[in-house]
Amino acid sequence: MNEERMSVIVQTIASILFPIILIFSFYIIMHGHLTPGGGFQGGAVGASAVALLIVAFGARYVENKMREENLSAFESVGGLVFVIVSILGIFVATTFLTNFLVGEPLFGIIPKWGVSPLNSGGVLPILNIAVGMKVIGGLASVVLMLAIASKEGEK
Amino acid sequence: MIYNLPFMTVIALIAIGMYAILFRRNLIKIAIGITIVESGVNLFLITLGYRKGGIAPIFTNLPPGTTPEEIPGKMVLPVPQALTLTSIVIGVAVLALILSLAIQIYRNYGTLNAEKVRRLKE
Amino acid sequence: MKKIFFIAFVVFFIFMFYSAYEIRDFGNPPSQMDDRIIGKYNSTTGEWEYGAVNETGANNAVTSVVFDYRGYDTLGEATVLFTAIAGVMMLFRRVKNE
Repeated sequence: MNEERMSVIVQTIASILFPIILIFSFYIIMHGHLTPGGGFQGGAVGASAVALLIVAFGARYVENKMREENLSAFESVGGLVFVIVSILGIFVATTFLTNFLVGEPLFGIIPKWGVSPLNSGGVLPILNIAVGMKVIGGLASVVLMLAIASKEGEK
Repeated sequence: MIYNLPFMTVIALIAIGMYAILFRRNLIKIAIGITIVESGVNLFLITLGYRKGGIAPIFTNLPPGTTPEEIPGKMVLPVPQALTLTSIVIGVAVLALILSLAIQIYRNYGTLNAEKVRRLKE
Repeated sequence: MKKIFFIAFVVFFIFMFYSAYEIRDFGNPPSQMDDRIIGKYNSTTGEWEYGAVNETGANNAVTSVVFDYRGYDTLGEATVLFTAIAGVMMLFRRVKNE
């Protein structure tokens, strides 16, 4: 248990960097409809934060802190939000995956030339957040499981 | 056209990856070959959508001096980039599945050589 | 047998290199569909005439394509991701619990 941790320096730097990387990943996900990025890229960045924790603290420690079942549930919630928003398009508007919020006052501002309001894009920010949850949960649980399995194989 | 060098780079990447897949016996090297082929395909899609002197198809923070009149001819094509985005995530998922299968094969057979695995099968 | 495979491999990729040489010019794509997606802005009226920003409200045309025009693609891709992760879980959950 103890020998798979790295030194105190690496642990300190990792625990400082972990929230910063997570905030950057949330930024990429939230601004996916305005700047380069989106759900997939931000999710990959967030999963890399979990990978940093695994490298610094060891797989068993991270598994005790954040259960792998929780990560899988997080991923499933993301997929569920995606499908629910898509099906809402049938009832609110016409077809599956309709962007039914465009033109509404809440998220539907159509930006002019040269301005970029955050509350534009219709359902795209919601779908971005859903896919971001999915990718964070999925990739983090895969990295965690692979790390645990390779540790077990050495014994 | 000698200016088609990016397309030839794509073919070179795919050739390297296919060589690793076809003529290597180590399962990890085969996984690396599959990843290289994926990179080649992604580069091919991006290369197909490139337009000479183009900027990214994003209207936030455009380069100063860009006018609305010249816009459709000055941006790279967005559809190949979207397909590449999808393809990258699928590649990561498939690579995770391949590597976990390789770990299981190593645990059960004690080797990563594809021919020996085939021979050990009852 | 391996030699025959290798010769076939080399011939195939020589053909592929030749087709990469003869393919259409780099940097000059046929682009009617993508020009339609990128759109056209009328600077006198200050409105979008057509295009991704008018139809989806997002400034990022790539995100518009990924989540709106080709949303089914993204749904299928999310399904593939889910299936692959479920496969990894199926292979390793027994190992974890031991």
